[in-house]
Amino acid sequence: MTTEPLWEVFIRSRRGLSHVHAGSLHAADAEMALRNARDVYTRREEGVSIWVVPASAIEASSPEEKDSFFDPAGDKGYRHPTFYHVPEGVQHL
Amino acid sequence: MYGNDYETPDAQRARQLEDTPESFRELLATEGRVEPRDEMPDAYRRTLVRQIAQHAHSEIIGMQPEGNWISRAPSLRRKAILMAKVQDEAGHGLYLYAAAETLGVDRADLLDALHSGRQKYSSIFNYPTLTWADVGAIGWLVDGAAIVNQVPLCRCSYGPYARAMVRVCKEESFHQRQGFEILHTLSHGSPAQKAMAQDAVDRYWFPALMMFGPPDDNSPNSARSMAWGIKRHSNDDLRQRFVDMTVPQAQALDLTLPDPEIRWNEDRGHHDFAEIDFTELFEVIKGNGPCNQQRMEHKVRAHEEGAWVREAAAAFAAKQAAGEGAA
Ligand SMILES: [Fe+2]
Ligand SMILES: [Fe+2]
Repeated sequence: MTTEPLWEVFIRSRRGLSHVHAGSLHAADAEMALRNARDVYTRREEGVSIWVVPASAIEASSPEEKDSFFDPAGDKGYRHPTFYHVPEGVQHL
Repeated sequence: MYGNDYETPDAQRARQLEDTPESFRELLATEGRVEPRDEMPDAYRRTLVRQIAQHAHSEIIGMQPEGNWISRAPSLRRKAILMAKVQDEAGHGLYLYAAAETLGVDRADLLDALHSGRQKYSSIFNYPTLTWADVGAIGWLVDGAAIVNQVPLCRCSYGPYARAMVRVCKEESFHQRQGFEILHTLSHGSPAQKAMAQDAVDRYWFPALMMFGPPDDNSPNSARSMAWGIKRHSNDDLRQRFVDMTVPQAQALDLTLPDPEIRWNEDRGHHDFAEIDFTELFEVIKGNGPCNQQRMEHKVRAHEEGAWVREAAAAFAAKQAAGEGAA
């Protein structure tokens, strides 16, 4: 027996929110994947919209290089508002 | 774990932590979560695959005892509820298979391991459902015990397993309640209905207690799973927790748990209960339970009889893909 292709499932839980990864499933094609996703991941009205993406189409950053990959952001505290000194009493800043 | 191989749980824990990658050790030490592509010891991966697959198989096989009563549920309300519950169990199996696959195993191989008996499922599903009250007893006691087992797994060190368990636990709570409600209705019905409810509880109580596994002093892999953050509480602790929460529920049902030794122990702050005879559990695990053969035959038959559906879906997908290419 061969296993059907793997799909990653993303669900928008209500209008105004992004799609969020919910899990994965196997299906022969995209349409079956959508139907299966509805049955597997939205039995309790957890979603108003579903994306299915072939798992093979996802390119992921590698955990081994997580340090070097994310390092450039590490020493740039000045990208956050808390980096700055604001004199006492100054408002709306 | 016997004879020459014996080492104390502490020594075993220390040794296990020695042959582990530094990054993995650091994650465990900081209560971080291990994700699929992280470095992890082989034994950790193998243990997880075995446990998650066995858990998935249990959800799938677990549909059978209750499925047995869908066509004979006493009302449309009960039938709709039972169908929803059994469908949830299918969903649980699918979440768990997906979690196992993140560890690099193939779905087809997992199913094959179940069908050929190389991997097991929970022994509780090898007991028959003789009456409608058994559906109530399963929801109340079997799902109840499963919840006690599963809640700590929501904090398991392996991310995909923990996330699957969060979904599962959310869905389980109605399973236990509907079982409780079935028994409550029967218990407050005619004398015959009450007797039926009592009989179901009598038969399911000890098997439910055995769902927590062998006692701590005879549970060879527990210490290692605890060190790895897969297991958070010992078998006996979880069993005790289940007894403590179930005793008052039985009183509310006006049903008796079939153990005359159950009584509140002021000093321990827990209920005492009879020592469990695990010879039965080991017999059922070996394949000698009342329904082992029936469960496996049914599962294999359903899989084989469904082959044409999978083949048709694959053929249709291939045709569509070819059509798109030509257009
Ligand atoms: Fe379940
Ligand atoms: Fe359940």
